[in-house]
Amino acid sequence: MSVLLETELLTICFGGLTAVDQCCLSIEEGDLYGLIGPNGAGKTTVFNMLTGVYVPTSGSVKFRGRLISGRSPVEVARLGISRTFQNIRLFDELSVLENAMTGAHQHAKINLFDSLLRTSRHYREERRQRERAYELLQFMGLEERAGLPAKQLPYGHRRRLEIARALATEPRLICLDEPAAGMNTGEKAELSALIRRIRDELGVTVLLIEHDMKLVMGICEKIQVLDYGKTIALGPPKEIQNNPKVIEAYLGGD
Amino acid sequence: MHRTLALLVVGVSLAFGVDWFLGEFIEEYVVRIINLCGIAIILAVSLNVINGLCGQFSLGHAGFMAIGAYVSAYFTTTLRVLNTETGETIVRAPLFDGAWGFVPALLVGGAAAAAAGLIVGVPTLRLKGDYLAIATLGFGEIVIILLTNFDSVGAARGLPGLPNYASSFWILTFAWICVVGSVFLQRSTFGRALIAIRENELAAEVMGIRVARLKVMAFIYGAFFAGIAGGLLGHLLRTISPSTFGFMKSIEVVVMLVLGGLGSLTGAIVGAIVLTVLPEALRDVEQQAKLPGIRMVVYALVLILMMIFRPQGIFGQRELSLKLLRRVLPARLRGGDSETKP
Ligand SMILES: Nc1ncnc2c1ncn2[C@@H]1O[C@H](COP(=O)(O)OP(=O)(O)OP(=O)(O)O)[C@@H](O)[C@H]1O
Ligand SMILES: [Mg+2]
Repeated sequence: MSVLLETELLTICFGGLTAVDQCCLSIEEGDLYGLIGPNGAGKTTVFNMLTGVYVPTSGSVKFRGRLISGRSPVEVARLGISRTFQNIRLFDELSVLENAMTGAHQHAKINLFDSLLRTSRHYREERRQRERAYELLQFMGLEERAGLPAKQLPYGHRRRLEIARALATEPRLICLDEPAAGMNTGEKAELSALIRRIRDELGVTVLLIEHDMKLVMGICEKIQVLDYGKTIALGPPKEIQNNPKVIEAYLGGD
Repeated sequence: MHRTLALLVVGVSLAFGVDWFLGEFIEEYVVRIINLCGIAIILAVSLNVINGLCGQFSLGHAGFMAIGAYVSAYFTTTLRVLNTETGETIVRAPLFDGAWGFVPALLVGGAAAAAAGLIVGVPTLRLKGDYLAIATLGFGEIVIILLTNFDSVGAARGLPGLPNYASSFWILTFAWICVVGSVFLQRSTFGRALIAIRENELAAEVMGIRVARLKVMAFIYGAFFAGIAGGLLGHLLRTISPSTFGFMKSIEVVVMLVLGGLGSLTGAIVGAIVLTVLPEALRDVEQQAKLPGIRMVVYALVLILMMIFRPQGIFGQRELSLKLLRRVLPARLRGGDSETKP
């Protein structure tokens, strides 16, 4: 298996605080990779650096062999990394279907005049986006709510819609930031099955941040643990569970 | 494409029919108000693309109008140009002569305004909210100051003698084109991308939406039609001066949008009509009640009450459609069809 994403000594400081300290990630194609750690450990900040939202203070991010640290979020998205947000960021006034369609926008090969003049290329593009978005809504179990404004979706469905929208960009790597937060046990079980299917059926590599240990241990094959920005453990779930440093971080952190 | 052509034919025929009807049966004063409504619709609908869809608060619409008005007038009007060396005044015949020169002149005006939209749009990309409003306001003022110092277009005195080419036919035709174009824009991948930027810019970027490019595109589109509207207004008023396009004009268009509901295209149309007709209707009231000045008081009161009781505007971000009508009408008028899917 080839390495899809690699970070080297990735570091970012906010004033005096080193939020992420020399983080090295190595994610292979087809991985289901977990990134865990207590609150404030720097997990979301790692995502922000991977997706171009933050520029690292030092260190680098390589995606498919290409250096991407320092590039804008738009460029990174177009290279094939997509993500969801811990604090959900949907387009509230658009419908559920339209939200998913915005993910497919980046692959549109038409210009404004096609749409203004309603050429056949415009209609073809609309159909492509609608079909792809609808497929992904079906995949995430949201198709019955396709016409609803996103702001009217119940909480658990909002998180799923974010995943559908991210998948519509046709990414190679999807970064999920606490997708199970606020879900009940039943919803969590459905979600972990879906995450596995994202990797197995859609062939998208998954990087997952999640606080629910049962979920992470259940589906991830590799887990990396951050504490105060530093990697304190890396390995398969079994090892992580019994690692004294990890236990200490979680007990001390909470 | 076929549908677009058909729509264009429908629009032109409608405009032709209405133009004939107005000329035949309706008094001139009312026709003038209808013409002003048509121009207001172009302004409000085009500004809605920038302010409503894309969420970029621009106050520069009057500046784009001024550019469109002066550039189109430059091509259609007989100018008196002062030769600075000899000191004599030269009369320059119109560059585009006759009524058929009007549309090319308008389009050149629109293109000039669109170019200005590009020039304003790029450097203001990083600005948001109040800062963008002030920067675009500044742009409008710069245009006014430049025009005030341009002697060949009359400086502060303005430019008289524009030919009366802006018939109801042309005004309605362009209003139709602007409205249809904006509906098509809104209901396309570009319209959704603009709304995505408005709703959550970071999420839009992470979806790979080229935020900067689309914001500039919205500016160019809005500025183009503002330029067209400016050209039409100029040839309707027949005299233009820098003060015609002062910043109150921009505010007026923003108020139309806010009244109708920012982000709603039908709201923009209703806002444009209400705010054009209302002051005129109140003028009658003023004369009959012998209370000069009451017009502006009522006008302001309507706006204040509106902001207190319905700050999201008449329509909010919704569109006026059959579906909405059905929801708003009382149930017994609707009959039992409320459960059926559209
Ligand atoms: N833009 C910023 N400016 C200053 N400090 C920041 C910024 N972003 C993150 N931090 C700080 O960096 C640290 C790591 O935050 P981060 O959000 O990455 O944690 P996390 O691991 O995602 O935590 P949680 O599990 O609570 O989501 C925190 O101390 C946070 O306050
Ligand atoms: Mg976080």
